[in-house]
Amino acid sequence: MIEVKNLTKSYGPVLAVDNISFKVEAGEIVGFLGPNGAGKSTTLRILTCYQPATRGTARVAGFDVFTQSMEVRRRIGYLPEGNPLYPEMRVREYLNFRGKLRGMDRSEREAGIKRVSDRCWLGDFIDRPIGQLSKGMRQRVGLADALLHDPDVVVLDEPTVGLDPNQIRETRRLITDLAKRHTIILSSHILPEVEAVCERMIIIAGGRIRASGSISQIRDRIKGASRLIAEIRGPKQEIESAISSLNGVRRVEGRAVDGWNRLHIDGVEGQDVREEISSLCARKNWGLRELRLEVGSLEEFFTQITAEAATATA
Amino acid sequence: MSADIQVKASEVAVASPPREAASAGHGGGTLNAAAVIAQRELCSLFYLPIAYVVGFIFLLLTGYYFVSETLVPGNEASMRVLFERMAGVLVFALPLLTMRSIADEFSSGAIETLMTAPVSDVSVVVGKFFGALLFYGCLLVATLPHLFLLGRYAPTMVGSTVFTGYVGMILLGGLFLSIGIFASSCTRHQLLAAVIAMAILAVFTFVVDYGAEYGRQMWQREVCAYLNVFGHFADFSKGILDSKSIIFFVSGSVFFLFLATKVMESRRWR
Repeated sequence: MIEVKNLTKSYGPVLAVDNISFKVEAGEIVGFLGPNGAGKSTTLRILTCYQPATRGTARVAGFDVFTQSMEVRRRIGYLPEGNPLYPEMRVREYLNFRGKLRGMDRSEREAGIKRVSDRCWLGDFIDRPIGQLSKGMRQRVGLADALLHDPDVVVLDEPTVGLDPNQIRETRRLITDLAKRHTIILSSHILPEVEAVCERMIIIAGGRIRASGSISQIRDRIKGASRLIAEIRGPKQEIESAISSLNGVRRVEGRAVDGWNRLHIDGVEGQDVREEISSLCARKNWGLRELRLEVGSLEEFFTQITAEAATATA
Repeated sequence: MSADIQVKASEVAVASPPREAASAGHGGGTLNAAAVIAQRELCSLFYLPIAYVVGFIFLLLTGYYFVSETLVPGNEASMRVLFERMAGVLVFALPLLTMRSIADEFSSGAIETLMTAPVSDVSVVVGKFFGALLFYGCLLVATLPHLFLLGRYAPTMVGSTVFTGYVGMILLGGLFLSIGIFASSCTRHQLLAAVIAMAILAVFTFVVDYGAEYGRQMWQREVCAYLNVFGHFADFSKGILDSKSIIFFVSGSVFFLFLATKVMESRRWR
């Protein structure tokens, strides 16, 4: 549905997006993850035909965003960052205006407004001026606008920014709901959000794609860095040497914590030595009060690659 | 509120409406989109305090000039003087009407939603222009009572000069508004847009007026005289419909609207 090839965008000497390529299949829900200023918004702006790329191509639903811009715009619903709306208009008026802009006739507009006001729960305030609405309500109006013409592709730039936790939950549920009918790209700098909503994520930093794949694929990539944490009571030297001689242990590092030895055990990839350690302790009659596998979190992974990107560009 | 919403959310999740014919929006033509934008622009002007301030000041000054210069025994019983005074007021009034038109779209970010709908830059600029022109038309309609009042005291007044005078007012207003919209496309700050527009208008009115009189060389004086907006406008207020002046105003308006389109495009693309 979306095909991006070698896309580059520079603002004068500043390279905002640096030669990125990716694909999004129909019906997929993809998260664009990256720190602020990573090039997420720029990429989305190119996809929605707001800005042209410096180099490279992007196609949406088979149409080129530059040469067939109008065709693309007809098929995209876009919620820009900051969700700009006209405060002096009433919600219904605004949606009507947007529908007219999209060339929908009266009956299409009426049906569309009915549909999105049900989906985005606008019922309570559809006849109120936008300027009087809370941020969460406005966000729903912005989403409703993006969905009004029932587009094939929905592009959401930071859809939950500035919302309170309840509203964030609502918005996420709404987005997962949408995935059944639309292809969705959303951007975020909050990792749990992408984890909660998306099937696939593209991590972008410094204008480049640092990692991409399904959530579980990305999890797999960071499993290699796993380590064990154990707290064992007994003679320190003996414990350390016994554990390091176990098959599948690369390195042991210990320190004393109120009479216990707290050990960080780096394992060999793909081997789990927890059972051996527990039976070793039982044999030697050492006390064992903690033994857990510490999987590197996505958060750490994210921090790590974005930090790499920062040093690479610096 | 939140609990209420969550109940609704679950309803929606169950009863997801069937998908309609793929992608309803067909995207209208340039004209259709321009008309839609003009309509919105006009409505939003009626919501904004600045439009009322402009209207108030314009009508107040018009009324003042009418009473102090036209409705005086022994003075010329025509709208000519009033039209020329009104034209002077417009140099300062109309930039205030157009200053937010495009500048505000950029500063609020709404330009992004606008330009990602299937709408061309031309239709946005043209729509904004006609929205403002319609509001200005309403202001002109509000000056009609002066005309009826004058008609009571000066039955000899020639109707055709009034007609051409209003045609001139519309053309002049169109040019001023298009310059205002061009200025508004250059910046995201409304006040700056107003100042730029006033500066450009001052060049085409007061500066060239001075130049036409005191220019060193003949050709300088001629160029200045040609560019003088008020000079062209004087024909209309005297009752002359000169095609040269009509072309001057129309081409000037088109030129500045074209510039506005290009500036908007380039700002978006930078």
